[in-house]
Amino acid sequence: MQKNKIEASGGRGSNQTFKSVPVTIQVNGRKFTCDVEPWTTLLDLLREKFELTGTKKGCDHGQCGACTVLIDGKRVNSCLTLAVMKDGAEVTTIEGLEREGILHPIQKAFIDQDAFQCGYCTPGQICSAVGLLSEGHAKTDDEIREEMSGNLCRCGAYPNILAAVKQVLQEKKVSP
Amino acid sequence: MNPFQFERSSSSSEAILRMGKNSRAKFIGGGTNLIDLMKEGVESSDFLLDVNHVGMNEVLELPGGRIRIGASVTNSDAAYSGLVEERFPLLRDAILAGASPQLRNMATCGGNLLQRTRCYYFYDLATACNKRENGSGCDAIAGNNRIHALFGASDACIAVHPSDMCVALATLNAEIHVLGPNGPRVIRIADFHRLPGNDPTRDNTLSRDELIIAIELPPSPLNHHYHYAKVRDRSSYAFALISAAVGMNLEAGKIQSASIAMGGVAHKPWRDSRAEKLLIGKRPEIRVFRDFSEAFFKSARGLGHNNFKIELGKRTLVRALEEASLK
Amino acid sequence: MKESQTWIGKPVSRVDGYAKVTGAARYAAEFKSDGLVYGVVVSSDVTKGKILKIDSRSALACDGVIEVITHENRPKVSFWNRKFGDQDSPPGDHFRALYDSEVYYSGQPVALVIAETFEAARYAAKLVVITYELEEYETDFHSRLEEAYAPKETKPGFEKPKSRGDADEAFSQAPHKISAEYDSPTQHHNPMEMHATTVVYEGDDTYTIYDKTQGTANSQAYVCQVFGLSPKKVRVRAPFVGGAFGSGLRPQYQLYLAVMAAKKLQRSVRVVLTRQQMFSFGHRPASVQTVKLSAGEDGVLHSVGHSVTAETSQLEDYMENVVSWSGMLYKCENVEVKHELVKADIFTPLDMRAPGATSGLFALESAMDELSYEIGMDPLELRLANYTEKDQNYFGRSFSSKELRACYEQGAAKFGWSKRALKPRSLREGKKWIGQGVATGVWDALHMKSTASAEFTSKGELKITSGVTDIGTGTYTILTQIAAETLGLNLENVTTSIGDTDFTPAPLQGGSWTAGSMGSATQAACFAVREKIFKLAKKLPDSPFSDAELSDVLFEGGEMLLKKDPSRSVSLNDVLKSSRVDSVKAEGTSAPNYLKELPHARNTHSAVFAEVKVDADFGMIEVSRVVVAVAAGKILNPKTARSQILGGVVWGMSQALFEETVTDHRLGRILNHSFAEYHIPVNRDVPEIDVIFVPEADSIVNELGVKGLGEIGIVGTAAAVANAVFHATGKRVRNLPIRPDKMV
Repeated sequence: MQKNKIEASGGRGSNQTFKSVPVTIQVNGRKFTCDVEPWTTLLDLLREKFELTGTKKGCDHGQCGACTVLIDGKRVNSCLTLAVMKDGAEVTTIEGLEREGILHPIQKAFIDQDAFQCGYCTPGQICSAVGLLSEGHAKTDDEIREEMSGNLCRCGAYPNILAAVKQVLQEKKVSP
Repeated sequence: MNPFQFERSSSSSEAILRMGKNSRAKFIGGGTNLIDLMKEGVESSDFLLDVNHVGMNEVLELPGGRIRIGASVTNSDAAYSGLVEERFPLLRDAILAGASPQLRNMATCGGNLLQRTRCYYFYDLATACNKRENGSGCDAIAGNNRIHALFGASDACIAVHPSDMCVALATLNAEIHVLGPNGPRVIRIADFHRLPGNDPTRDNTLSRDELIIAIELPPSPLNHHYHYAKVRDRSSYAFALISAAVGMNLEAGKIQSASIAMGGVAHKPWRDSRAEKLLIGKRPEIRVFRDFSEAFFKSARGLGHNNFKIELGKRTLVRALEEASLK
Repeated sequence: MKESQTWIGKPVSRVDGYAKVTGAARYAAEFKSDGLVYGVVVSSDVTKGKILKIDSRSALACDGVIEVITHENRPKVSFWNRKFGDQDSPPGDHFRALYDSEVYYSGQPVALVIAETFEAARYAAKLVVITYELEEYETDFHSRLEEAYAPKETKPGFEKPKSRGDADEAFSQAPHKISAEYDSPTQHHNPMEMHATTVVYEGDDTYTIYDKTQGTANSQAYVCQVFGLSPKKVRVRAPFVGGAFGSGLRPQYQLYLAVMAAKKLQRSVRVVLTRQQMFSFGHRPASVQTVKLSAGEDGVLHSVGHSVTAETSQLEDYMENVVSWSGMLYKCENVEVKHELVKADIFTPLDMRAPGATSGLFALESAMDELSYEIGMDPLELRLANYTEKDQNYFGRSFSSKELRACYEQGAAKFGWSKRALKPRSLREGKKWIGQGVATGVWDALHMKSTASAEFTSKGELKITSGVTDIGTGTYTILTQIAAETLGLNLENVTTSIGDTDFTPAPLQGGSWTAGSMGSATQAACFAVREKIFKLAKKLPDSPFSDAELSDVLFEGGEMLLKKDPSRSVSLNDVLKSSRVDSVKAEGTSAPNYLKELPHARNTHSAVFAEVKVDADFGMIEVSRVVVAVAAGKILNPKTARSQILGGVVWGMSQALFEETVTDHRLGRILNHSFAEYHIPVNRDVPEIDVIFVPEADSIVNELGVKGLGEIGIVGTAAAVANAVFHATGKRVRNLPIRPDKMV
């Protein structure tokens, strides 16, 4: 079954230079214009170029949700989003949820309910929860659990994440 | 991910023209599968053409009760569109059983049709995979084949199609509208995906320079007695071990028509129209469903680790039919 | 007089919460440096052999690529293998990446590509062409069980299994007996943050290293030993750690490679592993266990037999305490325990949340359940019938405290255990079988020498510093609470800064010892500061404390006051100001007092009650309810403590139902190296979890009486779930995880 020698990993080298593309993206209300190599993901652009490291890389393959941001109000995985594809888009990251020193209700609820431990999945969880709230599909506990299932938490804070989302849904009911 | 040129196309006809010139070019929709695979080195391309802005982003009602879902409509927008919810709730349920809310917000319906297999070996460049590189061999056949095909596999490939949406489309007899250099054509969903045969690199019958424009759904009587059942290793955000999209039309306590497709069992959503006929005219009873599931799985062939899926598949069919009949 | 504040035992919100919910908390890969370059690791595609040739030309030809480091051109590292050891390394030869041409396992790092951008490095890493000479390999220890051996030298913390009495004889004579084999798969820690290191090159061969680690001092010592650097030139920081669960107990190869590259290039370097590469180092070892139990009609155990054979690497002998619990958890005179290893061509296993106990207690507590059905006795009754107040592993010493009985009682009451039908497969709801199971959990209350530093300033601020990390456990918060309470301050007046080798040295964070050990050290530091402030206060002109002893005063509301006349008080910052002192500083240490501690067994305990619903057709298992009662000494913060237990229970569920690293042993290659295929629970999998903290006073374990909570939540949970699955369906699954294919 074993081959005696094998060559693995590898392929064509490439000297071919592909052009960077100018891109304008609004992030948290601020306009960023820059030249982006097309194979740069929005996640890497945010973290490495814009120094917005609040958005996390947990798998880089759309399998954990740590990189969740809101693009034009919708929650998406920024690790599978090419930055060039979002030219002209409005992106909200975890850094953009606090307004004038006041935490977004879901941020506050995460603290109140201790909905995180190590904190690494937290920005993704919070952005996902913001998306969930605006989508409005989840009302019952089971629906919230299902709609928050795109965000893994290895620390196992799930019951408290549920509680945090419920806290905000409750607050909304009380003061619409 | 290899370097590539990127451009945004503004019309479908222009997109097809541009595609024709470059054999290493690819269309990109939501990118949820393509970018993943490019990062793994499984896919590569010199030129990605963004087809999200060519006017294929609406769910429309057509005369005669048909609906048309534009290829760049996201999975979420399709699932929650009033037309789909009302007339094709089976499709809604199948879409919502897949992936995560974030991925459904990104993934397009056209792209979902083109989702590639989740076979471990396909994803790992260190192993042999005919789907990745035809002729290199298949490490899955004698390897860990727990998630692999029961029907229609070949000596070259035992991969399964991973989509949930496509299983429902198969049940609903969807039509795939595509545009190519020679103009438009319509592919029946049953003919869209193919079996691996001796060329597993090709998942479907689309040619490289053809662009999916829309999915059309003919009017269906299956919006009352329907069910999508999905068995997986965890309760959400996991691919199906087995799934079944079932719809039936009951009149006077008897099954007038039935349509059944299964996921997780073959290189394409799997239907057995001969077995379906067994249901016609019968009462919706467990015994009938069992007979049907036995007939459906008659040609199933286990590979070892996936043998459990035969029994599991039968039970899934029975359950889905039962749930559908009781709705 | 201001209101008195107590913080210890209060459910205060995390002090690092704001940083974590706003994205301000920075993890290892998130520190910037001018001219930073990116390293991407090339992993071996083959399982065993020798590298014949590495062709880096294509990679180097890519725009932005600076260097490809391999064993052929790496900078010098120590010649001595022992220099690659660390605080948690097992005996043996330690793995050295890029050391020579040897390939020991599939996925081994074999080159590091460095480029100006992450994207360029990632692409070029795929272009490195490596030619190998292949050798035969075996990655499946199951196929070599006959080669099992008991290593002579063992890992720190490993207790040699101690047998007693005559278990064979007792087993053969007993009226009731069971003997069963349990299989635990390999698991990988997979913290959400992938292992990463940012090395900031400060010039002059000096480095500030942001590492994902559970021990800043451990990483620092390793780097210094391996690269021959002085500790003065290497500062390691880990202010935030995105989970670890043991993965950060040893310096991982991204640290080594990042430093290597920084040294070679004299530049700042960042190396982040991929999720796939998170499967290329330490892991919970796969094991096979045999448990033999025998008992009388009354359920009293006549014998306990527990043996384990586990995988280890060719290089090191990794051992964890799998079977020792079976000699102490229940009263029994005849115990036979054994721990053996089998070598395979894999990476060395590594401590992973509750190492040893997680698999050992799954087996023991499943076997107890099996025995209960064999006798026809309620499984909780069986455990009570064998309750012990003595640790028979150590000559019958008593426990420093043990409220396990109260855990059983309170957990059972909350769960409604008394209503449970004894017979399996007796409760059904629609298409689902319902079952309920119980299991016991036990873990050590360990005490490690720890040091913290406290500084009180004339502005009224208290600064706590230590090298210790907070991997999500809540260390920042509890240290702040302890410090605030000791000096009678508000939480806002205390700043805790940790995870830095510039601070006082701390042990690895793990084993559930951090809260008790570091908490006690912090308290000691604050006591010392208190004493210094008191001495200053005594010397003030007209001091109300001139005749007082320290024991005569209280520290409350930012003031020092006389107990017998609280109206006589002075604010702490005034004491400093009047004494013309800017700050008062002290270190505090907490170290084991062996004379006091060793005569007692020091453990945490739990009773876990789980309910499952099993789909009768599909075998899909849903955990519908969990009640866990925990006795773990003093609870410093019920809010963060509860989270620790929730996390542990989720891990236990995951162990029972989902987690398994699948290897194709023909290829020697891990197949499910992603979060899509290596399943951990999602939100929808996790039900309501009721956590009960049973009060437990302990004056022996450490100064604070805190026993730690990091592991006690997981141990016991998998068995409780598996036992519930049996109760629901009558099907006993002894090889984890219990997936639908094993139920159909």
